[in-house]
Amino acid sequence: MKQISGAIFLALLCVFPLFAGDFYINLASQILIAAIFAMSLNLLVGYGGLTSLGHASFLGFAAYASAWFTTQMGLGVGTAAVASIVATMVMAGLFGMIALRATGLGFLMITLALSQVLWGLAYRWVAVTNGDNGMSGLARPAPFGISLDSGANYYWFTLVVFVVAYWLMAIFVSSAFGSALRGTRDQARRMSALGHEVWMIRWITFIYAGFWGAVSGLLYVYYTKYIHPSSLSITASAEGLLSVIAGGSGTLGGPLVGSALLIILKNYASAYVERWNMLLGFVFLFIVLVLPEGIVPGLKRIFSRRQGGQS
Amino acid sequence: MQFWIIQGLNSLALGGLLFLLASGFSLIFGLMRIANLTHGAFFMLGAYLGANAIRSIDGVNLWAAAAGTGLVVAAAGGLLERLVLRQLSTNPLGQVLVTLGMSFIIADACLMIWGGDPIPVPTPADLRKPLLMFGFAFPTYRVVVVGCAIVAAIALYGLLERTRIGAMIRAGVDDMDMARAIGIPVSALFTAVFCLGAGIAGAGGVLGGPIMSAYPGLDADMLPLALIVVILGGVGSLLGAFVGSFIIGFIYTFGIALLPDLAYVILFLPMIVVIAFRPQGLFGRIGA
Repeated sequence: MKQISGAIFLALLCVFPLFAGDFYINLASQILIAAIFAMSLNLLVGYGGLTSLGHASFLGFAAYASAWFTTQMGLGVGTAAVASIVATMVMAGLFGMIALRATGLGFLMITLALSQVLWGLAYRWVAVTNGDNGMSGLARPAPFGISLDSGANYYWFTLVVFVVAYWLMAIFVSSAFGSALRGTRDQARRMSALGHEVWMIRWITFIYAGFWGAVSGLLYVYYTKYIHPSSLSITASAEGLLSVIAGGSGTLGGPLVGSALLIILKNYASAYVERWNMLLGFVFLFIVLVLPEGIVPGLKRIFSRRQGGQS
Repeated sequence: MQFWIIQGLNSLALGGLLFLLASGFSLIFGLMRIANLTHGAFFMLGAYLGANAIRSIDGVNLWAAAAGTGLVVAAAGGLLERLVLRQLSTNPLGQVLVTLGMSFIIADACLMIWGGDPIPVPTPADLRKPLLMFGFAFPTYRVVVVGCAIVAAIALYGLLERTRIGAMIRAGVDDMDMARAIGIPVSALFTAVFCLGAGIAGAGGVLGGPIMSAYPGLDADMLPLALIVVILGGVGSLLGAFVGSFIIGFIYTFGIALLPDLAYVILFLPMIVVIAFRPQGLFGRIGA
């Protein structure tokens, strides 16, 4: 039943550009990119119990790295993509070594401080990042000679990456390593008594989350063909975290639902009100106070209650 | 020589302002285990309210504005604690997210009300003349800001270490359940400490006004500095906040002056060293 509905949903996603307008195709691309970003954050928040408020570091760093490699170093888009992902993972390794000295609120504060350092760097180090003007004139890749310049082609490209990301992350969390990760979330001390290297498990997860964060950053910079320091801001990190929590942290589908909600809200609300940040703040309050478990677990609970009471 | 002395004084002034921000953050974290991410927004709100009061109300000088604004921001902090954070007392993550949401709301409200242009706060007329000492000219106002921070530090120290309320707060920081069990009104203390922290931040925003003026993004500039101060000095430690503030004040000011592109990266370094060798911070007793 679950497989069938999943397959139908995927088929709908595949044929979606055939009957939707450009606006909706682009909206869907944005949602998929945001969903990969939120899913990677969810590995830390939902499965590792490590709430990061600096996940935009990975997205922004990879995007800046790709822009810098292609415009300043003259690399091809594909080579630059590999180099950016490797660079981001190295950075994630370093950040992880610092941030994972702490857990809980300390981890949150350190990740926030680290990402603000990158944000400040993007603003001030004008020689490399072009400061507040951002870097523009970036190109999309053309895998196997297929141009991705049309909205629909880019959507399909993003969809392929999204499906691979979803699939690999599902394998990751259901693997023995994923169980160990959940163990470190729930009972870190017992896991360490059982002989698991708690720190190492968290560090590897941090780097893996950094990898998918970098992938979403590349998709983002290809989509917008432009990168600005605001992609590294606390607002960007907070939007990702809100997507995870609104959709349901620790579920595979939650971040997709949360990202869809947030991107749609952002696009429609900004047509009527100028004040996106204020609205985002109120959404935060609403989710935390009214729907703390998130939409997907909430629906699951309602659904399973209808089917016969067991939860 | 003049360069070093002036930058040194700028560092001290920034350190003083950081202390006004970080001490409240650290106290709130130490007692309530809340990482209050609204704190930067309180600082900015203070700067805007103070700038507005001085410019639009006749006869209000900087000191009156700082005191009044401190009270207003303290009341806002008290409302936030009583009405919202209290609902989430078992959910520390929810509390952080709510304070983050509130910081977005406050920052955007400031942008909506006061617009995108920086609003300068005039330096009090009697402090505009440079102070001449040992043959050097010092900007008087910065010396006064450092003095204010030191006075605030001494007052906070006296409050925490020499009064009955301070003893209750320290008891709450060390062992909240036991403090409750022997009849200390921890719940009222929470509100009081939150008001106090917010009020100091708000007043600090006004005092910082003549140096940095009120502008959108002030909160995002100041909050990470305060976080680094607290990570460096240790959460819940007043001495840690004091020492950390001046260390960061120096590093940031000299970083901006000597290596403007990389000032933010240099901030990193003391944080990395401290986290690597003393994760609880220089003067911290509790883990973050």
